[in-house]
Amino acid sequence: MASDALTVVPVRRANWPVRIAWLLFAVYFAYALTHLQVTPARFITGLEHGQKFLSKLFPPDFHRWELLTKGLRESLEIAILASVLGVLISLPVSVLGARNLMPAWVTWPARVVMIICRSFHPVIIAILFVKAVGFGALAGILALTVAAVGFLGKLFTEAIEEISLKQVEAIRATGAPFMSVIAFGVLPQVFSRFVGFASYELDSNLRNSTLVGIVGAGGIGGTLFAAFQRFDYDFVCAIIIAIIVMIVAGELLTNAVKKVFRA
Amino acid sequence: MSAAAEPVAREWQRYSCGERIARFVVYLTLVAAVVLSVRSVEVIPEFILDAPEQVADLLKRMWPPDAASYPQEIHQALLDSMHIATVGTVLGVLMALPFGFLAARNVTPWPWLNWMARLVLIATRSVNTLVFALFFVAVFGPGALAGTLAIAFHSIGFIGRLFSEALENTSPGPIEALRAAGAPGVSVISFGYWPQVVPAFWSLVLFRWDINVRESIVLGLVGAGGVGMVLDNAMNLFLWGRVAMVLIAILAVVVLAEVAVTYIRKKIL
Repeated sequence: MASDALTVVPVRRANWPVRIAWLLFAVYFAYALTHLQVTPARFITGLEHGQKFLSKLFPPDFHRWELLTKGLRESLEIAILASVLGVLISLPVSVLGARNLMPAWVTWPARVVMIICRSFHPVIIAILFVKAVGFGALAGILALTVAAVGFLGKLFTEAIEEISLKQVEAIRATGAPFMSVIAFGVLPQVFSRFVGFASYELDSNLRNSTLVGIVGAGGIGGTLFAAFQRFDYDFVCAIIIAIIVMIVAGELLTNAVKKVFRA
Repeated sequence: MSAAAEPVAREWQRYSCGERIARFVVYLTLVAAVVLSVRSVEVIPEFILDAPEQVADLLKRMWPPDAASYPQEIHQALLDSMHIATVGTVLGVLMALPFGFLAARNVTPWPWLNWMARLVLIATRSVNTLVFALFFVAVFGPGALAGTLAIAFHSIGFIGRLFSEALENTSPGPIEALRAAGAPGVSVISFGYWPQVVPAFWSLVLFRWDINVRESIVLGLVGAGGVGMVLDNAMNLFLWGRVAMVLIAILAVVVLAEVAVTYIRKKIL
């Protein structure tokens, strides 16, 4: 028996399509590298710059902590409001986009809205909102809300499409109106997943809310960008440390929430 | 008989007392957070009232999109963005793999190494691509190199974390078998762990590439190359027709990338 097993030698067959794909990718990669315009001289001077840069970053300067906490608080507010608005808007949009509840002529427009919202980076949307509603937190809130509708809408729709339709049918059979079907047939099946997605979205909004300030849409990003431009690198370091602490704290908090809702 | 079977008055409850309190605390915190945010966030009401007019004005200026600018300026910049995304993803994966192995508790049995690797992954994930881009523009000067490195460094945390989670979910059977046969560490990794995590690895590389395509587009706003620079220029010059054209081009590329990723994922997984 044992000798039988030993005679079986696994042979790796040459998989030519995969090899050719790898080769093509390698050629493309080399071509793309030439586009970066990396020369050894540039790299070496860059490393020197980098060394100087790192030495200027430390020690971090927390003297202007009032400016720092003000920015962080605004970022936090933007993240919270954008997440809540995003959830409130994506709930109806995702019900409209679910193929198992709605006819095709309703799902397609809803899906197109979600795709468009999802395709643009929050910062690009923020630029447009800054032009539309002026500088400040409002532009940031609206931009992150749009991004949240794109992202949550997709996840919510997929969750709704995976539910069991038996409960929906049972409730329909009692003659319940549409809103009751949603509230008692659909929502209970997806609620804990929705909580999971929503807390993930809060997490990602928290990250992005520290960013939209770069284009003038409120939050700590504006402070960070200004400090960068004034070569105030020790304050930059303080801001980045504060951002990391806030994001890690947010992640721990959302993990706790997920545990409570078993999402 | 009948006396013993008498039903005890008990009410069915879906959640235990502790669970209900925990849920209530979460709801309460949420409501409190929203109320506090609404009260203290600085929003100027005139701007809200003015918004519909401004948006209408913006859309009017954007129409018609300046199609002539696409072959002149946008096309090359868009290709640059794609190069930045792809090269950045590859570099990011190369840097993320070692940290992924170091962070997985079952592969690396030393807790202090796990924690060091985890710290790197958390830090690179928390510092946004745009912030990395600001750094690298300061170090290497404006251009695609700064953007590529920014994408690569931010990808480390994402890929490394998910990769280490995939490693920790592998079944220990094949690994024990290899160890019992006296296989060296490299063989244990390449024949024990690697085959088990290959599907997860490719799926997260594709996912990250898709994200990086979106991110590479905004990098130009801080001078790190790609189509974002064209967008920034057009906006500073108030060429709204060109802005609209750039946005349309971005939408097309992002949707195509998503379709491509979905197709490849179906093919190879």
